[in-house]
Amino acid sequence: MVEENSLNTQLSEAPVHESSTRGAGPSIRISAASERGATQPAAETGTVVELKDVSCFYGSFRAVRNVDIKVARQRITALIGPSGCGKSTLLRTMNRMNDLVPSYRAEGTVLLDGQDLFARGVDPVAIRRRVGMVFQKPNPFPKTVWENVAFGPKINGYKGDLDELVERSLRRAALWDDVKDKLQQSGMALSGGQQQRLCIARTIAVDPEVILMDEPCSALDPRSTLQIEELMAELKKDYTIVIVTHNMQQAARASDTTIFMTMGEDRAGYVVEEGETVEIFTNPRNQLTEDYVSGRFG
Amino acid sequence: MRRRLSGTLFYGACLAAIGLLLLTLILLLWDVFSQGLPWLDTGFLTRGPSRKVEIAGIFPALIGSFEISILVGIMAFPTGVAAAVYLAEYTGSSRLTSILRTNISNLSGVPSVIYGILGLALFVRIAGFGFTVISAALTLTLLILPVVIIASIEAIKAVPDAQREGAYALGASRWQMVRQAVLPAAAPGIMTGIILAMARAIGETAPLILVGAFTFVTFIPQPFSGGYTVLPIQVYDWATRPQADFHGLAAAAIVVILVLMLALNALALVVRARLSRHIQW
Repeated sequence: MVEENSLNTQLSEAPVHESSTRGAGPSIRISAASERGATQPAAETGTVVELKDVSCFYGSFRAVRNVDIKVARQRITALIGPSGCGKSTLLRTMNRMNDLVPSYRAEGTVLLDGQDLFARGVDPVAIRRRVGMVFQKPNPFPKTVWENVAFGPKINGYKGDLDELVERSLRRAALWDDVKDKLQQSGMALSGGQQQRLCIARTIAVDPEVILMDEPCSALDPRSTLQIEELMAELKKDYTIVIVTHNMQQAARASDTTIFMTMGEDRAGYVVEEGETVEIFTNPRNQLTEDYVSGRFG
Repeated sequence: MRRRLSGTLFYGACLAAIGLLLLTLILLLWDVFSQGLPWLDTGFLTRGPSRKVEIAGIFPALIGSFEISILVGIMAFPTGVAAAVYLAEYTGSSRLTSILRTNISNLSGVPSVIYGILGLALFVRIAGFGFTVISAALTLTLLILPVVIIASIEAIKAVPDAQREGAYALGASRWQMVRQAVLPAAAPGIMTGIILAMARAIGETAPLILVGAFTFVTFIPQPFSGGYTVLPIQVYDWATRPQADFHGLAAAAIVVILVLMLALNALALVVRARLSRHIQW
C-alpha cells in the first residue's frame, strides 16, 4: 500500500520541469535511472545502434524523415513525442520488425555494431535474435510459463540446460518469486504486469544486445509500471534499452537519453532534439521540445 | 407498447423455430430408437449381414466405415492444414488468393454425389485403384478437404498478430513462427474442424455408391483390394427391402451411426478443451 500511495503521489505531481528542482523525494525524479545504474557517459561506452538519414515509408506516405540518432550502449534511450509522429515505426525499424508490414519501406542506413541492417543479404531473422522486442500489450504465448521463456532459446538451438536458463531469465526479469510454483501454468493466466515481465524474461532468454520496448507499460497499472521501470534500470547493466513511451514522467524517471520527435506539416515524423534526459526535461534547446515536455501540446 | 409487443412476437417466433427443430429431432430419435433398439445386441455388431434377420449384423460395414474414416483423417489432416497454412500465412491478400478462398468455400457446397463421379473417374478408373476402400477414402477426403481447409483458415486467422510478432521478435523464421506459435494456438479450432469433417465423412452415402461400395458384404473389407461396404450403405440396403424386420435392422444400424457421430463430437469437445487450456484471448 505504501508503495502504491507514493507512486500515486508521483504521478499526480506538478509538471516535470518544476519537480526537477526538488531533488529526491516522492516527486518525479529526473533521470533516476542514471543514479541507480551508475551509467557512464555515452562517449565512453560506445554506440550500439546508429541511424543515418533514415526515412520510413508506408507506400508513398513518408512516416519518418531524415533521422540521425545514436543509441548508446548500456543506457536507456527514450523516444518521446506526440501520437503518430513515427516513434513506433522508427523503433520497429531497428530490428526490421516493420518489414512484416506490407508497403513499408525504409531508406538510409541503420547500423548495429557498425553492420548495416538493411544491406543486401542481411537476414532479418538473425537481426531479431540480436535486437529483442517487448510490445505494447503483453503477448505471452498460450503455453506454460516455462515454455514461454524457453521458446526463444529452443528455436535458436540452445544446447545448454534449459531449466537453468529459464530460472535465470525469470530471476533477471524479477518474476521468479512470483511464478516459481506456477512454471507449468499458462503464461496467460498471470496478471498484466507479470505477463509483461514474462515477455521481458522471454526476450532476455535469447540474450539480445538491444531490447526495444514499444510502450511496454501503456496497458499496465501504476504499480506494475513502476516494477517494469525498476527492472529496466536493473537490465541496463547488461543490455541496451530503447523505449517508446507516451508517458513523459516515465521517460523522465527511467531514461538516460531522450529523443524527442514530432511531425511536420507533411505529417512525417522527425527528430527535434536528442540529449541527456535531464537536459531535455530541464533545459531543452528547442521551443517545440519545451512546449511538449511542459505539457503545452502533445 | 407497440415496441414491447413486437419484441415479444419476435421472441415467440425464435422460440417456435427452436421448438420445431427440437421436436423434429426428438421425433426422429424416438422413431429410430424404438424401432432399432430391440435389434441391437453384441451379435448385431459382430456378425455379417444375412438374409435371415435374426443373425444379420453390421460387422463388415462397421469395419469398412472405421477403415475409411481413419484413412480420411490421415489424408485430410496434413493436406488440409498445409493448404490452410499456405493460404492464411504464406500468400498475401492478393486477388488470386481471395479467388482461391472463395472457390474453396464454394467447393464445400458442391453436392456429394458429384465427388462420387469425380472419385469414380479419378481413383477407380484413371488411378486404377478399383472399387476399394482406398478409392472411397480418397473420394471422401476430397469431399471434406474444403471444410477442413476453411475451418483451419478460420482458426489460423483467429490467432492474434501479436502472437506472430512475439515469435518473430525472438528470432523465429517464418516456418518456426507458424509451427511453434500459430499452429499450437490454432490447434483447437483445426482439430475440431477435422473431427467434425470426419463425422460428416462417416455419414456419407451417395459418393460411395458411385465408387463401388457393395450392399451385401460378408467379409472384412481390405484397405487396398476387394469390395467393401460402410454403415450408411448397409442402412440404405436394409431400408429399401420390403420386409418390416429389415427396417428394424436399418434403424439399429442408424443408432450405431448416431452413437459414432456423438462419440466424435464428444471427442471434438474434449480435444478442444485440452488444446486450449493455456489459451485466453
